[in-house]
Amino acid sequence: MTKFLNGLLRLRRGPWEMVATILIAVGVLMLMQPFVLWAFTYSFIVTLIGTVMFIIVSHFPEGE
Amino acid sequence: MSDRTIDRVAQATPVRVARKIRGLSDRAIAWIFIAPTIFLLLAINIFPLIWTIQLSFTNYKANRIGREIKDVGFRNYERILTDSDTWLNMQATAHFLFWTIFFQVLIGFTLAWLINKKFKGNDLWTTIIVLPMMLSPAVVGNFWKFLYQPQIGLFNYIISWFTGKEPSSFEMLGSVKLAPWSIVIVDTWMWTPFVMLICLAGLRSIPDYIYEAAEIDRASKLRQFFTITIPMVLPFLMLAVLFRGIENFKMFDLVVQLTGGGPGSTTELTSINLKREAFEKWRTGYASAYAIILFVTVFGLASIYVKALNKVKQR
Repeated sequence: MTKFLNGLLRLRRGPWEMVATILIAVGVLMLMQPFVLWAFTYSFIVTLIGTVMFIIVSHFPEGE
Repeated sequence: MSDRTIDRVAQATPVRVARKIRGLSDRAIAWIFIAPTIFLLLAINIFPLIWTIQLSFTNYKANRIGREIKDVGFRNYERILTDSDTWLNMQATAHFLFWTIFFQVLIGFTLAWLINKKFKGNDLWTTIIVLPMMLSPAVVGNFWKFLYQPQIGLFNYIISWFTGKEPSSFEMLGSVKLAPWSIVIVDTWMWTPFVMLICLAGLRSIPDYIYEAAEIDRASKLRQFFTITIPMVLPFLMLAVLFRGIENFKMFDLVVQLTGGGPGSTTELTSINLKREAFEKWRTGYASAYAIILFVTVFGLASIYVKALNKVKQR
């Protein structure tokens, strides 16, 4: 966990890609779930943030 | 031989052209070669994408050319994402996507595993299994419509033979409960061979000596399957899931032929809904926003998948 947080603070690719991946996955789940409408409403913004973040952080340096 | 070819090409090049090319750097020549591709990519992919993004913030209607185009900000996105009908379409897509991929991977991998066992006539069986994939979705949609006919359809007769129910007592395409499953069945029938072929390529790429080493170590067949076969086929399987996932998210032709989105809107997938908004209601701005939402979703999923695929390959 500490390694993950350190990676985030030092702008390393691995942990930031993990955060972006989680955001995309959550966004898609929110888009397709049949339970609550508000989750569907906010799904696009979550997926968009995740996708843009993924594109940006994939240019970050690899962790050691 | 190659020197002679080079000489012949040099002789065939007009002197003027040759002089011009001689003065260019390697970098410039490389740019000349890739420029047509870049131009096509910009014209066919990038420009329409940027234009769609721009249209998604307007009230543009493609059937009213002279009408003033107003900037509506994020209103199109707001309408789509608070509309309960769109939400239902998304759920129908999710149902279709999940079950088609589940069945295609399960049956496709099993078929590939069986075909990979060397037996007499397995090439013939491969050809027969692959046939549905080669048909046009419009043709498949049409003949499955006949197969699903409650009075004369073969499918209903087969089901009645197994269950003892009257063939005309249920309607696959007309029932709200059964229609979503009917499109899953047809897509699975059509595209399982594709998954099978990819899995077969994966299975055939595993060298025999790995299994021989496992035999010497007295690993059971089940252990070999879970520690050799599955991990080595996994990248191929993930690739198949990626292809099918993206394709099925955009599924249109097959479902239009089979159910047309009905009964009601139970099989109205997002792409069918999008087409209705764009070319039946002519709400181009709204449809553009809808298309951007779908694009971002597919793009996001594809990014995750490519990353996962690279990780599996590195193992």
